Amino acid sequence: MPTLGDGPAVRSYLPAFTLVAPKDLQSALRMLADEPGVWRPFAGGTDLMVLFEAGRLPPGRYVSLWGLKELGGIDVAPDTVSIGALTTYADVARHPVLRNEFPLLCRAAEQTGGAATQNRGTLGGNIANGSPAADTPPALLVYDAELELISARGARRMRYDRFHSGYKTMDLAGDELIRSITLPRGRVSWIESYRKVGTRKAQAISKVCFAAAADMDGTLIRDVRVALGSVAPAVVRCLHTESAMRGRTVDDALVEAAAAALTRDIAPIDDVRSTAKYRLHVSRNLLIQFATETLSRRTH
Amino acid sequence: MPDSTVSVRCRVNGTDATLIGHPMTRLLDSLRSDLHLTGVKEGCGEGECGACSILLDGRLVNSCLIPLLHADGASIVTIEGVAQGERLHAVQAAFIAQGGAQCGICTPGMVLAAMSLLEQHPNPSDADIREGLAGNLCRCTGYVRIFEAVLDACRRSEMGPR
Repeated sequence: MPTLGDGPAVRSYLPAFTLVAPKDLQSALRMLADEPGVWRPFAGGTDLMVLFEAGRLPPGRYVSLWGLKELGGIDVAPDTVSIGALTTYADVARHPVLRNEFPLLCRAAEQTGGAATQNRGTLGGNIANGSPAADTPPALLVYDAELELISARGARRMRYDRFHSGYKTMDLAGDELIRSITLPRGRVSWIESYRKVGTRKAQAISKVCFAAAADMDGTLIRDVRVALGSVAPAVVRCLHTESAMRGRTVDDALVEAAAAALTRDIAPIDDVRSTAKYRLHVSRNLLIQFATETLSRRTH
Repeated sequence: MPDSTVSVRCRVNGTDATLIGHPMTRLLDSLRSDLHLTGVKEGCGEGECGACSILLDGRLVNSCLIPLLHADGASIVTIEGVAQGERLHAVQAAFIAQGGAQCGICTPGMVLAAMSLLEQHPNPSDADIREGLAGNLCRCTGYVRIFEAVLDACRRSEMGPR
């Protein structure tokens, strides 16, 4: 039986919202600290404004982070690259060091929405939004990203693969913001693969998003990372799959073991974009393709 | 009601403007209703179709996803600010010459997206053009003539200053 809530989407009621732009990061953190749980961060708006338009953005107070210099910038150090949380996909995709050393991340950024979205959507927003279908997180997982979280209480760092705990849940307190995402350098020799599978090549939200990289010695897999999006309540680093591959040589037995391990790492569901069956099948195929074609092509 | 309206100062098509409204008003609505810049079209209202495209500080954005507050201090170009008087921009001239417009709803966004693309890739590959226009949907042309208009605009730009 239809209920009131089942009707067509109606735009949110403007007076039920507040949006304030603090002058600097300290002021923003102070607002978050003084009224815990009251203020919610608002960055590029590419997701929140869509929810707002559909009447699905929770009414309340939002603190605009857009333009806060302390949350921007890309810092290249000898061992790491730190990307400010407000860095847009467009800025990620055209940064020369990122293009050269972290191509999976740049590919993900280039494949997230169209040009207009890439000019507004931010890397920190993509993470904090917590969507399991986000395209940059699998790449960040493959690169062993670390997050710097900041609040009026101070800063802390954490491994990104421990950040998401479930569907839209994460280790981020109500008074904390993501300040930056740090990637360790020195992986240029790794062999990499990134594939986003959606209804069309551009603009579509992923049905499956696959990122992987391996450090090869001939046919021996010295080390490996595999991460997937859209196949679990959150983006997932596939630790069982990695264990099944690490220290092994590429052969049929390895491919079979890795594909079997993958089913323990992911838990796809049926939803508006795809089915569990299709996602499992495609994930498996992408892993097999990585383990066979990608790795063997470059090592021979 | 405290805090309920903001006064946002920006430049729109080269002229200083003050936009007043709720900070979360869609920039699309302020531009259309307050400044009567109705070349900014509303298509989907969710950042998928690109009909509401504008240049915000030189970058292509969907104005339906920009809260008014984020226009503070910004420089905005809408389709109304693209031609210089009677003189069309090379992209506009190319769209006319190639029949790149039919019903016209997507055209302002297409033109701005094409301008933005050509600024970054003055000699775009076919793939660059497809990528650059991927966020702009057209339901009339089948895209082929739009695609040809972009190629034509490249040739026109090469022949001299716009």
